[in-house]
Amino acid sequence: METGKKVQSEGSEKTKQEIMAERKAKKAEKAAKKSQPIKTTEHGAVTILSESIQTNTVKADETGKSKADLKAERRQKQEAQRAAKAASVTEGKQSVAPKVQQGKRIPDQIQADRPSVEKRLVKRYVSQKVPQLPPAERKVQLFSHLQQQERTLELLTKDLAVNQSKIHPAVIKLGLQYASGIICGSNARAVALLEAFKRVISDYSTPEQKELSRDLEVSLKPCINFLKQCRPISVSMGNVIRFLKRHITNIPSESTDVQAKKCLHEEIEKYIHENVELAGKTICEEASKKISSGDVILTYGYSSLLLQILLKAFNEDNKKFRVIVLDSSPRSEGLQFLRRLVAFKIPSVYMLISGASYVMPEVNKVFLGAHALLANGNVMSRVGSSQVALVAKAHNVPVLVCCETHKFCDRVQTDSFVFNELGNPDDLVAAVKGKPSVHSIANWRELPKLSLLNLTYDVMPGDLVTAVITELGSVPCTSVPVVLRVKHAETVQLTSP
Amino acid sequence: MPSLESEIEGIIETFTNNLKQRKFKGSRDLALNSVQLWKKIIGQMKWQNARELMDKIKEIGKDFQETSPSETVIGNMTRRMLKIVRDEYAMLQKGKQEDSDLQESLQKILTADEVDVDYSKNIPLLKPAIMEHIGEFLIELESSEIDISAQALEHIHANEIIMTIGYSKTVFAFLKTAAKDRAFQVIVAECAPFYHGHKLAADLAEAQISTTLIPDSAIFAMMARVNKVIIGTHSVMANGGLKAVCGTHTLALAAKHYSVPFVVCAPMFKLCPEYVCSLDQDGFNQFASPEEVLSNDEGMLVSRVNVYNPIFDYVPPELVTLFISNTGGNAPSYIYRLLSELYHSLDVQL
Repeated sequence: METGKKVQSEGSEKTKQEIMAERKAKKAEKAAKKSQPIKTTEHGAVTILSESIQTNTVKADETGKSKADLKAERRQKQEAQRAAKAASVTEGKQSVAPKVQQGKRIPDQIQADRPSVEKRLVKRYVSQKVPQLPPAERKVQLFSHLQQQERTLELLTKDLAVNQSKIHPAVIKLGLQYASGIICGSNARAVALLEAFKRVISDYSTPEQKELSRDLEVSLKPCINFLKQCRPISVSMGNVIRFLKRHITNIPSESTDVQAKKCLHEEIEKYIHENVELAGKTICEEASKKISSGDVILTYGYSSLLLQILLKAFNEDNKKFRVIVLDSSPRSEGLQFLRRLVAFKIPSVYMLISGASYVMPEVNKVFLGAHALLANGNVMSRVGSSQVALVAKAHNVPVLVCCETHKFCDRVQTDSFVFNELGNPDDLVAAVKGKPSVHSIANWRELPKLSLLNLTYDVMPGDLVTAVITELGSVPCTSVPVVLRVKHAETVQLTSP
Repeated sequence: MPSLESEIEGIIETFTNNLKQRKFKGSRDLALNSVQLWKKIIGQMKWQNARELMDKIKEIGKDFQETSPSETVIGNMTRRMLKIVRDEYAMLQKGKQEDSDLQESLQKILTADEVDVDYSKNIPLLKPAIMEHIGEFLIELESSEIDISAQALEHIHANEIIMTIGYSKTVFAFLKTAAKDRAFQVIVAECAPFYHGHKLAADLAEAQISTTLIPDSAIFAMMARVNKVIIGTHSVMANGGLKAVCGTHTLALAAKHYSVPFVVCAPMFKLCPEYVCSLDQDGFNQFASPEEVLSNDEGMLVSRVNVYNPIFDYVPPELVTLFISNTGGNAPSYIYRLLSELYHSLDVQL
């Protein structure tokens, strides 16, 4: 361990020394330039300031000419650093590791309360021609670090020119489907994203003097940012994007466009087939073994995987069980789940989540779906799942979470506040629209002290979960980092030159 | 006299009809009305001695109970009347005007149970004494909400985040009183399928209290940041458990998980000497129309699915931290003592 650290520090010192040397060189240049007659214009004050502060930031201080010089210098420096990194990579993998540990970026979507981050985002969106959304009128204070915006379909497409080339039409369509909730659910969103990217890749053509492996990634960025504006991306989508970027950068530079596209298409299809379809089948087999005839099974909300499991157990394995579906406003996803169960004639009971304590004494098992599994063993799932798990634990009912491994992420979270998605607060009002006996708060914006909160996800502590059923078997919640490590090792093996 | 009796029967029938049609808005309304009714009945009815009066009260009270078995307040008020009669009789029997011995020792309660007091003596001063006592009791009932709210500042500190569920008039008055001198925030769970939480959130916001309305599913998620849970309840059972609106048990479990104090504001008339042995027992739970949960628009589903809409939830006493009543704060383990002061053990079975 200690020797490893030493090598790290040496490696970083080397690059640090390089940077220091370059800085000194630049300072000397600056000093030389200052000995020349300074233009006493409005820039005079700026130059004096920059002298006294002596920061390293490259600002256009004196003339336009020197700006171009500085740009060229910067580019040279970057090339030099890149060469140095490439050299160190061939030596060993040590320099890669410290870079990752030092520079772990905090995602932008949980820094909405930092004006510097907001400014940077706005600049980026403007340059990529991604539509921007106005901030919400009434923000919930506890969540001021999350994006709270007025998100409507009109606002998203308002400034989107018809023939702009940065965002592919398939991506626009996908974004609007996300924003309106037509495509909903971790698996569905990931698969739809991959399909859209397949279209983008097939319509892509490498411009001259650029490499596909670099430029394709750059051209995907505005698409991804647009999708982020439509709806914050899910963990499964994040994993998909990382997977795609990895494969794009590993495309050898001598391959043609056609070959590269074919290769990427195959990878995408393989990802979908292995991680979604086959994984789903394996999990169904495994979970179906846990269901016995005469069971009363409780589920909450909508999970595509759970539906597959129950259908398999009922139809193929001929097990006779009853399902109790719990639901909650404002989303009423349980209702969609119920519809499908009824269509397949599975005997069902439907209740609201407040009745969980009422039914729990007669439940044998609780099956829940997950949005993501976090590295510390917590389960991120639809808001309300952790409540159901809590009531189940209080009545000693086992809780089984079914989740494919592509939804595992290496983020850690202990509460539901730091990283979450805030839905439209008006949904809470819309859910009670037809009910005359309910006191209407449709005018809630006129009451300055009232805010409505529509959380999307919550984090379930790992000790409320009995087991997680994945395609690698039934594991306890604490095994998530082990699975992640195994997966990481596999991908490194596959993509190493 | 037939006319008097028919008059009494008339008012009893009116009351029973109102009960069946659920015209009483809330427990307090019901309690006040029933005590006023008892005042009229006891005042106008002909009775010779305490034994006869008590038998009549029991008979009428039983009828009320059967009309609306899950409204425990009626049974409570009937038993209070009986206790008042017994107390006044006992006091007048002794002939002294000293205060009734409230400091009944635990031993006395346990051992002195089977002393058969003979209630058949005719004491002329009994009726006015009873009427006076009932009058005092009515005043106590009317001021119960104010008495509870007066304790608000002892329990809410500055910049707290308080969570509550559904709509409770007691809690609303409690928070409103505290808000006059303290700044704090309230998170209200909307309590589907009746969504009473919406009304509470709107009322609190109009009273200039920062309020956030959340759906029921977010209770556990938000509990991590809550300092205190303050709720109202339908009744308090004899073991200190609660019969409260559906969703309260989940709230209590979440509060226990995060070690958040769970405070219940309940006036004394909600204290019921019955126990909950099983969640399926008669009169414990009521079910509202399933249309609130799954509307009849979903024709295809409604015919093939069982839908339940329970109104009440049972919360065991281990999950409750404190009861705030008009006489002060108590732990759930002290409820048995309060019960013995309010009701006589022989009256528990009406």
